Amino acid sequence: MKILRRFRLWVGVFFTGLLAVVIPSLARADYSWNFPTPVTPIARDTLEIHNHFMIVITVLFVVVFGIMIYSMFKHRKSTGHQPATFTGPTGTIQWVWALVPFAILLFIDYVLMGIPAYHAVIDMEDTRTKADMVLKVTGMQWKWQYEYPDSGIKYLSTMSTPRDQIANKETKGEHYLLEVDNEVVLPVGKKVRVLLTSTDVIHTWWVPQFGVKRDAIPGFLRETWVKIEQPGIYRGQCAELCGKDHGFMPVVVRAVPEAEYLAWVDEKKTQLAAAAAGADKSWSRDELMAAGKDVYEKQCAVCHQPEGQGLAPVFPALAGSKIVTGPLLSPEGKLLKDSHVDRVLNGKEGTAMQAFKTTLTDSELAAVITFERNSFGNNKGDLIQPAQIKSLR
Amino acid sequence: MSTAPSIEHDTSHGQHADEHYRGGIMYWLTTTNHKDIGTMYMTFALIMFFIGGAMILAVRAELFQPGLQLMQPEFFNQLIGVHALVMIFAALMPAATGFANWQIPLMIGAPDMALPRINNWGFWLLPPAAILLTLPFILALFGIGDGAVNTGWTLYAPLSVQGGMGVDFAIFSIHILGISSILGSINIIVTIFNLRAPGMTMMKLPLFAWGWLITAFLLIATIPVLAGAVTMLLTDRHFGTSFFNAAGGGDPILFQHLFWFFGHPEVYILLLPIWGLIPHVVSTFSRKPIYGYKAQVYSFIAIGLLSVVVWAHHFFTAGLPVAALLYFMYSTMLISLPLAVLFFCWIATMWRGAMSFETPMLFAQGFIVLFGLAGLTGLVLADVAADAQYHHSYFVVAHFHYALFAGGIMGVMTGVYYWLPKWTGHMFSETLGKWHFWLTVISFNLTFMPQFFLGLAGMPRRIPDYALQFVEFNAISTVGAFILGFSQLIFAYNIWKCVKGGKKATAKVWEGTDGLEWDLSSPPPHHSWEVQPVIK
Repeated sequence: MKILRRFRLWVGVFFTGLLAVVIPSLARADYSWNFPTPVTPIARDTLEIHNHFMIVITVLFVVVFGIMIYSMFKHRKSTGHQPATFTGPTGTIQWVWALVPFAILLFIDYVLMGIPAYHAVIDMEDTRTKADMVLKVTGMQWKWQYEYPDSGIKYLSTMSTPRDQIANKETKGEHYLLEVDNEVVLPVGKKVRVLLTSTDVIHTWWVPQFGVKRDAIPGFLRETWVKIEQPGIYRGQCAELCGKDHGFMPVVVRAVPEAEYLAWVDEKKTQLAAAAAGADKSWSRDELMAAGKDVYEKQCAVCHQPEGQGLAPVFPALAGSKIVTGPLLSPEGKLLKDSHVDRVLNGKEGTAMQAFKTTLTDSELAAVITFERNSFGNNKGDLIQPAQIKSLR
Repeated sequence: MSTAPSIEHDTSHGQHADEHYRGGIMYWLTTTNHKDIGTMYMTFALIMFFIGGAMILAVRAELFQPGLQLMQPEFFNQLIGVHALVMIFAALMPAATGFANWQIPLMIGAPDMALPRINNWGFWLLPPAAILLTLPFILALFGIGDGAVNTGWTLYAPLSVQGGMGVDFAIFSIHILGISSILGSINIIVTIFNLRAPGMTMMKLPLFAWGWLITAFLLIATIPVLAGAVTMLLTDRHFGTSFFNAAGGGDPILFQHLFWFFGHPEVYILLLPIWGLIPHVVSTFSRKPIYGYKAQVYSFIAIGLLSVVVWAHHFFTAGLPVAALLYFMYSTMLISLPLAVLFFCWIATMWRGAMSFETPMLFAQGFIVLFGLAGLTGLVLADVAADAQYHHSYFVVAHFHYALFAGGIMGVMTGVYYWLPKWTGHMFSETLGKWHFWLTVISFNLTFMPQFFLGLAGMPRRIPDYALQFVEFNAISTVGAFILGFSQLIFAYNIWKCVKGGKKATAKVWEGTDGLEWDLSSPPPHHSWEVQPVIK
């Protein structure tokens, strides 16, 4: 048993070392043992229900295993306890003893837990009664699109954490992975009906402080609702595995008082109108290239990589690609099937390449196509104008 | 269930068992002996347990700190999915089938399984399936394809429609594993129905055999549904059908319904054999007969029936109609009743017994307490409203590891320690067994307890990198996982030592045993019961 003694020594050394390293760092850390502070009626209900449940199951755990552990100490062979021989309840009293726990369990299941759960479900699924506004959320690999049908606002929201932070080349920021370029802005105190769908695979929209989580399913609309009670910035992320960048698809909601919200709507409308107007003017090559670089880095670089080298074998390289360096349009100015423009506008079915005409503006599309044809060593020298894209839609 | 077989007769067979063993690869490829096949199943399960474990240790290492250190998300996604498939289909299920092969003939007084050649085939389908599942990893090293299935083990469409050839490999692997499971199940049902010793009525059948009988029926009922679902996936991927594509009139949620119609019973498929063996162990080491035999049998049947009507609680957030949400919530809660019956009977079996705490008993009690946590957290997960918060989060990951590691794997370990002396004829090292138990229990909780809190704090599953509020618990969980993983080497070493030699085991092995298998010598003769015992 020499080996065993040595083994015991090593285990001891290992655990002591471990504790020496882990305990100081653990003591510094601040822990969260429960749901984050709720800010909607549903989240408050959920937290309350959850806290109740935790008490109930802790009591059950302690009582049931308390009995078992009592028995383990009391009824052991080493204390000379003689085993009984019963194999089931005998007599009325024992039957009562045997059945009472199940009556209690039934009560817990269908009364203590079942009744509040019923009301919570009805409340959670009632998305329409007295809804003040609609927010449409579209999940796509790997970003969210937000649409305000009442005011015609529509934009994309992508993670803004720099890739260098993820690769540990830079210090991680306070909101590492939970920050976006364009957050959703919602008014406080209003019941917002949230409609969800997806353009590619299933995503799940989740903000823990709202207490709602709902899948965004391609080809179908799902709905849920939120009524945010306090202004603030609330962070969550995609909760259904949706491919490579599932972990990098945050949801950030900024809740503001109504007046501020209305001001934001006006500002956003002006911004979008300006962008739309840009589609009608003629752009210079430099303008297209500069805007295209911007779009490329936000939308395309995730898969096709910053230098256009792609990620073999799933995400093809754009540098030297046959499609990218192929003809721009037909001689009559029509869309060529499977050409570069066709791919960007309409995507490719069955792959992660999506139809960007649904999410990008004419100018963004023109810019990024021009950029791709004239970067990473591609040197086509041609360009496409936003007005041409508009006519191809 | 006492019997009076001739011990002398058995001993003589024990000796000439060696004459049957010829050794060599052809022997193992063609053997139809239930004990040989059981041994192969158990060995295969142990090897795959370490392979699946190595995969998840790589994942936990990546999650030790935020940021991407060791691997890119694509590879991370492959590891998590293949880990689950390997652990469920190639470790837990074969281990349970290994138990069935070894034990059912011994326990019901049969010479062998009823369909020995099918038995052989059932096993030999497994290695090719495991190779199919993991081969894409190796192909990717040579630049062929993009690695293994990267959709998680649930293969949700349309992500799996989009995936690379790893998905096709997984589909074919699942087909083969499914055929193997169905063959095994048919064999077990036929054996139990036809080869019981004279006088062994169904209500005298050992609980382990009862648990397996229900599992076998569940497998036959649900595996074809899974096979159908993945075949539909295959045709969606390659032959232009649109079962799961809304643009073609299909529905992605249809896949989830089909998958979980198999997937929920699968949980009980994994656990029923364990629930069957736990009472035997508890009764042995409490030196007291099993409490509530009939109640446990009826609970097995009730759980089996309920398990096929509660599947949608696995996707409450997919946007089901209110009526469906309420139905699936209340029906799921109903499972807590038969399950509570089992807990009640296990504890009542210990009550007023004369307990001793050898390794199998320790594992059985560890199983009961930790699996209790899985049951209780399962009860709260059934609540649709609270589930909106728990779902897709680490809370669920923790919950099902309490069910499938503490419930499944620790249950298998209970059985291995309980029956190993019977199989090998040697006692294992009790000291190593106790070390293994305590290291496993402590590090298991160190690994998975923090994951409950991660889930509550809002960390989603299946992410390769996480926000900074999740740092501490992830670090603790990774440390726990590594201790847990490496502790299992003690298990493997202990088994190895026990196979090679050790103190001779008696026929009864443990003081308080009761049942036919303990009337045979350790190890049992080659043809187990050549003369069937008569049950009075």
